[in-house]
Amino acid sequence: MDTFLSALAIVSRWDVIAALLAGSVGGVIIGAIPGVGPAVAIAILLPATFGMEPIVGLTLLLGIYGSALFGGSIPSILINTPGTPVNALTTYDGFPMTKQGQAPRALGLSFGASFFGGIFAVIALVLLSPVLARVAPMFGSREIFLAAFLGCVLVVVAHRGQSLAAGALLMFGLFLNTIGMEANNYTRRFTFDLNFLDQGVNLIVVVLGLFAVSQAFVLLVGKDDMEAAPEIKGNVLGGVLEVFRHKRVAAAGSLSGTIMGIIPGVGEFTSQFLSYSYARASSKNPGLFGKGSPEGLIASETANNSVPPAAMVPLLALGIPGEALTAMMLSVFYVHNVIPGPTLFRDHMDFVMALYICLALLNILALAFLLVATRPLLKVLVIPNRFLGMMILTLSFVGIYSLRNSAIDCMLAAAFGLLGVVLKRLNLPLVPIILGMVLGGIMENKFRTSLPRIRSLYSWIDRPVAMVIFCLICIVLALHLWGLWRDWKGKRDGTVEH
Amino acid sequence: MSDDNAHDLSDLTHPPHHRAEIVFAVASFVVALLLAALWSTETQWIDGQPWSRQPGLWPLIAILGMLVFGTGELIACLIRNLRHGGGDVRAELGLWLRVGEYVLWFMAYVLVTPRLGYLPTTLVFTTLLAFRLGYRRKVLWLAPLMGLLIVVAFKSFLAVRIPGGEVYDLLPQGLRNFLVLYL
Repeated sequence: MDTFLSALAIVSRWDVIAALLAGSVGGVIIGAIPGVGPAVAIAILLPATFGMEPIVGLTLLLGIYGSALFGGSIPSILINTPGTPVNALTTYDGFPMTKQGQAPRALGLSFGASFFGGIFAVIALVLLSPVLARVAPMFGSREIFLAAFLGCVLVVVAHRGQSLAAGALLMFGLFLNTIGMEANNYTRRFTFDLNFLDQGVNLIVVVLGLFAVSQAFVLLVGKDDMEAAPEIKGNVLGGVLEVFRHKRVAAAGSLSGTIMGIIPGVGEFTSQFLSYSYARASSKNPGLFGKGSPEGLIASETANNSVPPAAMVPLLALGIPGEALTAMMLSVFYVHNVIPGPTLFRDHMDFVMALYICLALLNILALAFLLVATRPLLKVLVIPNRFLGMMILTLSFVGIYSLRNSAIDCMLAAAFGLLGVVLKRLNLPLVPIILGMVLGGIMENKFRTSLPRIRSLYSWIDRPVAMVIFCLICIVLALHLWGLWRDWKGKRDGTVEH
Repeated sequence: MSDDNAHDLSDLTHPPHHRAEIVFAVASFVVALLLAALWSTETQWIDGQPWSRQPGLWPLIAILGMLVFGTGELIACLIRNLRHGGGDVRAELGLWLRVGEYVLWFMAYVLVTPRLGYLPTTLVFTTLLAFRLGYRRKVLWLAPLMGLLIVVAFKSFLAVRIPGGEVYDLLPQGLRNFLVLYL
């Protein structure tokens, strides 16, 4: 109870409340603009949060992360264009409902489902906290090394159909992390005698380049799709309440999102896939899926919105980010010398609890904002794409240049922006590069600190938690290989199943 | 996005193939080969240290990984390109090159800011870029307004670290200090 009261005291500070309001309202607006998305916004704002206290900066970023998916469903439903990549599945049932004249109902269902998923995940986290507080201290260097390795394996296998490319990009990220002066022997690695590379390649420069600058370039070389702002007639509240008539689908979607969010490297797409497949398989009306099914919409939105709170678990408990956005948040911790991991749960439970409260509040704020402001919000849909690209480029400059006032950082970011354009155009994933950089750093560090206790290969897994993680790695790899074999066999026999 | 109702979840899990991916696969494989060739000169071997503590171990793991996965991806790309279509390679390469123009715009913005100052450069940059993009009348006026809002939000309110321009030194002391601090 003392911890909860202490957490409440943290959250009730004016600067935390202001960050929460700005984050949740800003996140909804950013999510509603196709072509921006939370990754771009968080990457741009990241350096600005370094001057804030950790709880304020993280609340602002969490607000954007958690509420962008609420806003992202608006263009998905009304104009068949996902606001964020994660909202792509929402178009399947949302847009057909709009064509059938049920836009307010679809929007209401989507907002209600997002709210249900978000709150479900926060409750699950609060209930899990005592377990995490007990399990987290069992993670020593070896366990964290193995958990980071598991994260790498999951990043590769989660990109089905692109595992080889994801693996190569993950390894490229791992390589980028090794550039610069090595801290133990003070030797240079791949600096090519260039002094600016002695400090290594800055993660934030890479993040800004790959996510923000590349998105600006993509929009600038594209075309403006100028359309009139769509109009909606009717009440969205009915749709919000309708979600509670589909409790089973909503709970299954939220559970899927929570579990997949906790597992590093998996994220929203897999959770949506599982949730949608389950909803369709268990529905009395499976033929309606893809043609305007309320259950399909709920399955998609509950699953994606329950991921952000759950993704905080590996970050807070082990210091291991599961995807790009939590990797960005990790740098906020590092800048303030707060090291997430087992000791955070043991020594600063009030801080963790305060973050959970913020996560719950941002869902309430985002829903309240959407209930009153959906109609005026539709105006953002008419911003021309190339104008948006110019805006993102101007904002990216602030993010990169304010880090170290370095033109070389900007040049590097532009180079990564170019790489990001190529990857986006080829539908290749960006996230493995970021996770390779972050997880590679963790693995190298923990590998070194584990070495004094290692007598043989078995020493890596001679403790219970390490053994469990090792078994998980083996299971994941075995399942992946089995899936590949099944796909190959299906293709050979001409019976490929999607 | 198409308006097609017949959706398939594989659209999400298996994104469409583009023939130009072969260019990227070859380029990344060549980069990995070059890095492998440079490994012994760009890392040091410390005598008396076990291999597990050598500074070159992790770059080596990363480069070998890039080579192994890169080779697999290259072969997979070749097979996909032989079996399927998927976009015009030259048109795609042309688009990648067109991005170069905006890289130059961005770098010009970066290099001029320390001289002219953050606010003036942003106003000029947004106006000129909007003009280049073909915007006229209302949108052309909105561009510098957007630039002004960004400068005020980030430099004046969030106090991000962007130094004042060299041109500010030519102004009277009071105005100079104000501009350096807030704009």
